[in-house]
Amino acid sequence: MSGYQIVVCGSVVPDPLQTLEPVEGATGPSLKNELMLPAVLDPWAAQALYEAAHLATRSPGSKVWLVALGPKAKLQQVMMAIGQKVAFELVALDGPAGGFVDAHETAAALSDAIKGLPGLDRSRLLVFGGWESGSRGAGATLQMVGEHLGIRDQFQGVDQIAPQADGSLEILERVEGGQHQLSRVEGPPALLGWATGNLPEPRNSPQVGMANMKTIMPALQRARPTKVGTADLKYLAVALPRVQRETRVVKDKSSDDIAREIVEWISKD
Amino acid sequence: METILFVTHTEADGRVPRAALEALAAARELALARKAELVVGVFGAVTANASAQVAGASAARWLAITSPDLSEARYASDAAAVEALARAAAATLVVAPATSRLSRVVPGVAQRLGGRVDTHATSLAEKDGAPVITRWFYRQRIEAQLSREKRPWLILLEGGCHAPFVAEGAAPVFAEVPLPLGPSDRRTRVLGLRAPRSDAQTIRPDARLLFVAGAGWTKKQADGKTHADRAGELILAFLQASKASLGSSKSLVDQSGEGQAVLPFLSHLNQVGQTGATPRHPKGLATCCHGEEPHVVGWRFILERRAVNLDPGCGWARGKADVLYVADAFEVMEKVNALLAAK
Repeated sequence: MSGYQIVVCGSVVPDPLQTLEPVEGATGPSLKNELMLPAVLDPWAAQALYEAAHLATRSPGSKVWLVALGPKAKLQQVMMAIGQKVAFELVALDGPAGGFVDAHETAAALSDAIKGLPGLDRSRLLVFGGWESGSRGAGATLQMVGEHLGIRDQFQGVDQIAPQADGSLEILERVEGGQHQLSRVEGPPALLGWATGNLPEPRNSPQVGMANMKTIMPALQRARPTKVGTADLKYLAVALPRVQRETRVVKDKSSDDIAREIVEWISKD
Repeated sequence: METILFVTHTEADGRVPRAALEALAAARELALARKAELVVGVFGAVTANASAQVAGASAARWLAITSPDLSEARYASDAAAVEALARAAAATLVVAPATSRLSRVVPGVAQRLGGRVDTHATSLAEKDGAPVITRWFYRQRIEAQLSREKRPWLILLEGGCHAPFVAEGAAPVFAEVPLPLGPSDRRTRVLGLRAPRSDAQTIRPDARLLFVAGAGWTKKQADGKTHADRAGELILAFLQASKASLGSSKSLVDQSGEGQAVLPFLSHLNQVGQTGATPRHPKGLATCCHGEEPHVVGWRFILERRAVNLDPGCGWARGKADVLYVADAFEVMEKVNALLAAK
C-alpha cells in the first residue's frame, strides 16, 4: 500500500463575527445562546484539512479523515459548507465543542476515535490539526492526542510539509521572531499542528460535495454521544474585558502636526 | 506540600531566554506565597551559563540536563528532558515560559505524567489558598481565572506578562539528571532556521512599537487609483527608521492569495488579530485598519495605542485607541518618515 492515512482533528467554533458573551451554566461557563450562534469550521483546523487534501492529491493511495467532536446539529450545518471544498471521510463525535471544555478530555475522545478507524496503518499515519483554535485556543489538545497514539515526532505551527523522494518529510514550523525551523522526519507516523500554511481556501466543487454527502450524512447519524466536560477545572471568574478607552479623536490638525505628535510619542520611553 | 518546578531550555549560548526569567520570577513569587519548595530545572546542549542568571532564586534544588541531543528543538528529546526534570523534582506544579520550544512539548509531557496543562497563562498567583491563573478564551475576547486540583499541573506563562527575575549572589551548581533517549526519539533531525533577509525582517518581538498596517493601504486613494508600491515604500522606510515590528490585518495578508494589490513583504506571520498573533509591545500605531471587535484583539496586549484613519467612527480605534488621528496615512507617514530621517 502506498500513500498516507491523514487524520485531521478539528471542530466547530462560533463565527468570529458574532458577539460573544459568557454565561454560567449547570456544568460550568458557556456562551450565551451558544447553540444559536452560527458556526464555522475552526480556521486552523480548516487549514489543516485543506493541507491534508492537497497532500493526498499529490500522494496516490492516500485517504483523509476528519475526526470532529461537536454538537451534531452544528457539525451538520458546517459540513454542508466544508463538504463542498475537499474530499474526506467524516468521523463525528456528538459532544460539546465550546472553549471552556477541558483539553485532556477532548484529546482522549479524539484519540479513541482515531484508534477505532478501520484499517488504520501507523506506518502511513499523519495526524493533522490546528496548532490553535478559535475557542479554547489551548494549543495543547493535539500534543496529547499524539501521546495517546504513541507519536513522538510532533510539529507545531506548521506552515509547510514537503514529502521527499526517500519517504522522509520536510516540515517548516514557526518559531520566534518571524522565523521558521526546518526539520526532516524519517516518515510517518507524525503529528502536525498547522498554522496558516500557504494554501488558499479551495473553491466549492459540486462533484466533491456530492461525493462527500454520501458519507457525511451516515457519519452524522452514527455519531456517538461523547461525554467531555471541564474535568477538574474550576473557573473562578469568566468575563468580557471591560476596559474601554477614552479615545481622543483628532480631526482638525494638519498632517505636519500629526506627524510631529506621532514622532514625539514614539520617541518617548 | 507543593513542589514548584520552574523549567526552561537554554539558547545556543547556554543562557536562558528573557521569557524564562519572567516565568522564573512568577514561579518564585508563587512559591513564596504558598510556602512551597521551588526547584529550578534547565536543559540544553550547554547549561552552565544559565546558572548565573538564576542565582538567588531561593530554590531548594538546581537541576540540569546537558546533552548534545538538546542542541535542537525536537519534540521527542525536549519532551523527554522536561519529563525527566519533572520526575526528578517530584513536581506538583510546573511553570514554564511559553516559548515555541516549550509550547510544543509541555502539553505532551502533561499527558505522560498523568497531569493537566494550561497554556497561554497571563498571570499566576495565589488566591484563597490555591494557585490561580488568568488566561483568555475565544481569541482574547473572554478572560477567565481558573484553578485546578489535579496534580501535576503544568502551566505555560506568556512572555511580557511579568517582570523578569534579577539574579543576585553566587551562581548555583546544577545537579545533572540523565536524559533517557532511544533511537526512536531521533527520527527527526532539525536542519536549521529559515529567516527572511535581514533587511526584510519585519517581525521584531522585542520592539517598543508595533506598527499595524491595514487593508486601506492598498485601496483606491483620493485620485481614484491604488498606490500599493508607494504604501510599501512608506511602511518599510518607517520600519527601518523606527525599528518597529510590523503587524497586519487579516484582510491585507489575505489579499496576496486573491490576486489583489499587495505589500510583497507581508506574510501570514505578520498577521495580528482573530486568526493571527496577539503580540506584546509597549506602544502600537495602527494605520488604515478597519473592523470591529474580532479584529481588534490583535492589539489587546499593546499598552499605549494610537491610530491613523480617515474614518472618525472607525470601530478599530474608537474605545480601543488612546488617540485617533483622522487623516490620510500616506501623507502622515511620509512626514513621519521625514522627521525620523532628520533626527
